[in-house]
Amino acid sequence: MSQSITLRVNGQSHTAQLDPEMPLLYFLRNALELNGPKYGCGVQQCGACMVLLDGAAQPSCVLTVRQAAEREIETLESLGTPDRLHPLQRAFVEVQAAQCGYCLNGAILCAKALLDENPSPTRAEISAALERVLCRCGTHSRIVRAVARAAETTPTTE
Amino acid sequence: MDPRSPTPLATCDRRDFLRRAGYLSIGFSLLGLSGCAGEARASGTGAGAAPGGPPLDDERVDAWLRIHPDSSVTVFTGKIAIGQGILVALRQIAAEELDLALDAVKIVMADTGLTPNESYTAGSASIEGSGRAIRRAAATARMLLLERAADRLGVATGLLSVAGGVITGPDRDASVTYGDLVAGEQLTARVAADAPQKKPADYQVVGHPRPRPEIVTMVTGAKGADDYVQNLRLPGIVHARVVRPPVYGAALRSVPEAEVRAMPGVIGLVRDGSFLAVLAEGEYQAIQAWQLLRQRAVWDRPAPLPAQAELFSAMPGRATGTEVVASVAGLEQKFRQVLATVEATYTRPYQMHGSIGPSCAVAAYRDGQLTIWTHSQGVYPLRASVAAMLELPPADIRVIGVRGAGCYGHNGADDAAADAARLAVALPDRPVRVQWMREDEHAWEPYGSAMRLQLRGALDGNNRISVWETRLWTDVHSHRPGGDAAELLAAQYLEGGPEPPTEGYLGGGYRNSQPIYRIPDLHIEAHRIEGPLRVSALRSLGAYGNIFAIESFMDELAEQAGEDPVAFRLKHLSDERARAVLEAVARQVDWPGSTGEGGAWGIALARYKNEAAYCAVAAEIAYDPAGERLRVLRLVGAIDAGQVINPDGLRNQTEGGMIQSASWTLLERVTWEGGGVTSLDWESYPILRFPEVPEVEVLLIDRPTEAPLGAGEAAQGPTAAAIANAVYRATGQRLRELPLTAEKLRSQGR
Repeated sequence: MSQSITLRVNGQSHTAQLDPEMPLLYFLRNALELNGPKYGCGVQQCGACMVLLDGAAQPSCVLTVRQAAEREIETLESLGTPDRLHPLQRAFVEVQAAQCGYCLNGAILCAKALLDENPSPTRAEISAALERVLCRCGTHSRIVRAVARAAETTPTTE
Repeated sequence: MDPRSPTPLATCDRRDFLRRAGYLSIGFSLLGLSGCAGEARASGTGAGAAPGGPPLDDERVDAWLRIHPDSSVTVFTGKIAIGQGILVALRQIAAEELDLALDAVKIVMADTGLTPNESYTAGSASIEGSGRAIRRAAATARMLLLERAADRLGVATGLLSVAGGVITGPDRDASVTYGDLVAGEQLTARVAADAPQKKPADYQVVGHPRPRPEIVTMVTGAKGADDYVQNLRLPGIVHARVVRPPVYGAALRSVPEAEVRAMPGVIGLVRDGSFLAVLAEGEYQAIQAWQLLRQRAVWDRPAPLPAQAELFSAMPGRATGTEVVASVAGLEQKFRQVLATVEATYTRPYQMHGSIGPSCAVAAYRDGQLTIWTHSQGVYPLRASVAAMLELPPADIRVIGVRGAGCYGHNGADDAAADAARLAVALPDRPVRVQWMREDEHAWEPYGSAMRLQLRGALDGNNRISVWETRLWTDVHSHRPGGDAAELLAAQYLEGGPEPPTEGYLGGGYRNSQPIYRIPDLHIEAHRIEGPLRVSALRSLGAYGNIFAIESFMDELAEQAGEDPVAFRLKHLSDERARAVLEAVARQVDWPGSTGEGGAWGIALARYKNEAAYCAVAAEIAYDPAGERLRVLRLVGAIDAGQVINPDGLRNQTEGGMIQSASWTLLERVTWEGGGVTSLDWESYPILRFPEVPEVEVLLIDRPTEAPLGAGEAAQGPTAAAIANAVYRATGQRLRELPLTAEKLRSQGR
């Protein structure tokens, strides 16, 4: 029942024998040991498992590896590293936009997709772009502030 | 050896193993009984690195901090980081007293193998408790180091100066470092409570905002020691899912054993009484088996749960015990003497912690030693509880605290740890990872208790409150494991498991039931009920419901008096710090504040636990009756937590508390039917999403010379009442049943 499937993740191709109906999330977390995408609800309601699929923010907890094959998948890890933070990540650190931080994967990736489309969003546009992400600690206002800050400090020509 | 096969067991006492492992009807498909547990360490997971072992006597300095050759320091706290930013604040305290740069102070949190026993990380008590202990230990260390330096340099301690871990004599050419002075011999002396502490006026680190380094890990997904337990990947790890009953108390009758065992990747089933779990090589394989078991396992259901509609009306008839919190003689007589009495009944539903990351734990059992990685708020009490559940000596168990998703109290963390522990002893030598599924987290976490609050009050001829009565009904607000096996969910379903849980802690139910105001005659009774749902500590316990009721009622009394709510409160307040937070918020919003169509501001105040931080909140709401939309637009809070350790951390916690409370207050209510809980996902239990979140602003009132006060739960109650009061001022309708919804305004307005 498993079949050979090739997935493009963070610029690299991975071919593996997989159950084609397995949600992408489990491949990313367990085969590739990526920490960005996290299990939250399994039904696309909370955004903890968000990835970028061909540049658009997409939960990975229902999307199967078969559906994700041949698509360009980017995870939080593709943005930056602790030594070389992406402007969005830097803005989150500068604003200290975290409490427990479990939602930040979804928040940052939704913000990335937003800023790629709309480099100068309004607060309302930022909130709308983050609607699919649930935060339980109440860090929302800092998260919105961090995204606005990243938009201000990122050259729009990039 | 095939890493997937459990270590053989032949020379072990198999009966003893079965008692502990207890898989009664179904064994492991790969189980081979031909050798004894042994080469566990070969797989090098670090799992058994230092299991058990008594921690150092926490009266010793080196129980709290150790000094390294390079003069840097590691601090040990028994508290755990759960998103509240505690670690950087505790490092700030140690760095300050030791005159070290913040970067020179590292910290190890909650670990029964390494840190002091500080029981639970709860009650907003980490800065007050762990902070005080670390400050005393650091001050003692500094004093001892100065004494050693004085000996070494041949000068009086008073002539020495300290900077960056270097102690320098008066002539500046003679100096010695902390590392030199310790030279591998830690400071084993007792902590001196009276060791001189730095004066707040001299603080360089405390009182200044300092960033939390773990946020870099969070925003990058980088692997690090400060990672989440959900990301712990040990070699040979096995994924497990527990199949919970369809409803509380259901008994497992049959399981499609052969079918599950034949599923790809499935290693084994554990069935012990009505505790049922599946273990698999892959996480998705475990989930698939879990799904099949959810559909096909057969359970005997107990009597249906009582109807939700009758929850609050049935409470007065269901009291099983009463505590009188405050009493006054001749209460009815006093009420008869007044001209008019104001009465109101408020309710607070069951509400959930609702962590975004479902509870998770990893456990490994090898060589008779059990190691558990958990986001529990209390590693020591959990160790005792698990030891009781598994009948293992506590010394053979090490519980290591690891960061998790925010819990806001006693959620499923301890239960997931108990699940993992139970499964690890059934599968020795392989680390077992359990993560709860979302529907299990929603259905099985212990909720914040429902409450009914009946208030009655009267004014004297000067429009002052002369008499006040509160009668409240509530389930208890803490069923933390506390060393008892019975409070662990897994234990409740094991064959021959412990007796049912204890009654729990009622005190949380009347937390903050005493108004902060000057009231001559005050009578408060708290009645315990045993509600239908599983409950335990949720952020602020009963304070949320009590403050919602008291502060709503204060506005109702102010209206009776024909007075402004802020002025009415101030005339009943003698505590200057309480007045200061209220006045700060009123000033900030230019009380009564200006708003748009359909809007108004409301205000409320409390001192958490009547002994921790003071917090006042003003809320601006907007109600659009045509669109049936009730929104909170802005929240402005002021908080006085005494001496502020990390201003940005305090601000962050308070912002978060206000937003979380707004979510509870506007949206949240656990629902159930006879057959079980029906709040099973984020659609059936919605919480506030980004577009609905109010703008927040927090004013800090720093009092550097006062003791630091617990602050993490201070905003919950005032926010709720401020919203309710704003709704009344905007609409003329008083909503007394949480959550406060547009739907209630519409139906009440008819």
